[in-house]
Amino acid sequence: MPKVGRQTWVFPSAPGVIATGTVAGKVESEGPLGACFDVQITEAGMQGPSWEKDEQALFYRAAETALRKANLRPQDLDLVIGGDLNAQLTGFYYGLREIAAPKLGVYSACSTFTESVAVAALALEAGFAERVLIGACSHNSSAERQFRFPTEYGVQKPATAQRTVTGAGAAVLSQEVAPVVVTAATIGEVVDYGITDAWEYGAAMAPAAAHTIGAHLTDTGRSLADFDCIATGDLGRMGHALLRDLLGQAGHDPGECLTDCGLLIFRPDQPEVMAGGSGAACSALVTLGHLLEQLKNGSWQRILVCATGALLSQVMSQQKETIPSISHAIVFERREVNHA
Amino acid sequence: MKAASRDDRVTYQQLVDRNRPARPVVANTIRAFVVGGGICVIGQVVQTVFVRFGHFSQTDAANPTVAVMIFLSVLFTSLGVYDRFAQWAGAGSAVPVTGFANTMAAAAIEHRSEGWVAGIGGNMFKLAGPVIVYGVVSAFVVAIVRFALTHL
Repeated sequence: MPKVGRQTWVFPSAPGVIATGTVAGKVESEGPLGACFDVQITEAGMQGPSWEKDEQALFYRAAETALRKANLRPQDLDLVIGGDLNAQLTGFYYGLREIAAPKLGVYSACSTFTESVAVAALALEAGFAERVLIGACSHNSSAERQFRFPTEYGVQKPATAQRTVTGAGAAVLSQEVAPVVVTAATIGEVVDYGITDAWEYGAAMAPAAAHTIGAHLTDTGRSLADFDCIATGDLGRMGHALLRDLLGQAGHDPGECLTDCGLLIFRPDQPEVMAGGSGAACSALVTLGHLLEQLKNGSWQRILVCATGALLSQVMSQQKETIPSISHAIVFERREVNHA
Repeated sequence: MKAASRDDRVTYQQLVDRNRPARPVVANTIRAFVVGGGICVIGQVVQTVFVRFGHFSQTDAANPTVAVMIFLSVLFTSLGVYDRFAQWAGAGSAVPVTGFANTMAAAAIEHRSEGWVAGIGGNMFKLAGPVIVYGVVSAFVVAIVRFALTHL
C-alpha cells in the first residue's frame, strides 16, 4: 500500500537523486554554505534586462548543470516539474522553455521544491516516468517587487522580516539506484492560525510545519529520533523558535536535529538578512547543495525536509486576509550503492 | 483547511507575541530624530548658500533648495544607497522632500523594464500617489472649512 496513514506516500522503489544543480546569488555565495553550490554568482545587481529574466536564467543554469552532471540531454527526460514565486510561474515556464520535455508547473510558494519532489517521485513510482527533472527558483529583487515594494524604496523592515534567497536548485530523479533516494512524502494541509502581518511569514508557517511533521510521524509510526536531521524550509529565527514550542506542546523533543534552511543559508551579520532566508530557492539550494551531501558522504542516514510556504498574494494581503500556509515533507535516505 | 479554532488562534497569537523580538523603539526614535533632523539641517545649509551666494530672497531660495534635496535623494536612490540607509535610519529617512523623491525614483527605476509609458509612466506614482490623492483631498476639505468660517 503506497499510501500510509492520512497523507503520507511511501515509495518502495526508492527513486534516486542522480544529479543536482545549484546556482546561488551573490549574498548566498558569500554565506556559510557558499562553497556547496555549483555556480556561485559573484556580480551584484541586475545581469540581464530585468530581474525576471535574471531569475529565469538562474533556473536554466541550475537545470543545465543538473543535466550535465547526470550526463543527460533534455530529450532523455520524461517530465520536468518545478515552480517559482512569480505570478504565472514565469521563472519555470520561461526559464526552462528551451528544455524540450513534458512540463508540469507547480506552486505552493516556498514549499514548491518539496512539492516538485513529491510529484516526481509519484510519477517515477507509478512508472509514468523514468527520469524527471525537478527544480525551484526565487530571486530577491523580483520577489520584493511582486510581494513588497520597489527594491530601492527606503523603508525599514522589522527584525522578523526575511531575505528572499536569490538562486535556483534543480535535480534529476530517476528509477535508477543512487546514493540518495526519496522514500516517502507527506503532503501538507493548508493551515491558518490567523497571522496577518506579511513581515511574519515564519510565524504564519510554523504551524503548517508542525502539522506536517506531526502527520508524518503519526502516519509512519516514526519518531523524531529516527532522523539525523529535520530541516524546515524558511521559518527563520522566529518561526523556528515557534516550531520548537509547537512540537514541544505536541510532546516531541526535536533537540539538535531540528534546523531551518533559512537559518543555514545566511550568517546573521550579512546585509538585510534579519530573521533569515526565505523563498522557493532557499530549501532547494540548502537541501540539494548541503543536506543531501551529508547523506552522500555517510554522515547521515535519513533526513526529513519540510519546505514551508506562505500562500499569500499582495492582493489578499491588502484585503487584510490572514495568511494560509502549507508544508510538504520529503524523506531522503542514504543507499549503499554496490559498484561491483 | 485545517480549521484552527478561535481559541487555537488566540493561544497561538500569544505564543507569537512571546517570541517576537522587541522593536528597538528607543534606538529607532533616536536615529529618526538625528537623521530626520540631519536631513533638515542639510536643507537649511543649502538654502543659506542660495541666499548668501545666489542672492535669492529667503522665500525664493525655497524652490532651488527643494530641487537640490530632490536631486540628492534621487541620486542616492539610483546608486542603491538610500534603501540601505533607510533600513538603518527608519522614519528619519521619510522626511517629506527626500522620502517622497525616493518613492518616485524607486518606483520609476523598478518599472523601467516594462518600458517608458506602461512601466515608468504607469508606475511612478504607485507609492507616491496616495500621498498626493489624500493631500489634495484634505487640502480641499480644509479650504471648504476655511471658506465657510470666513464667509458665513
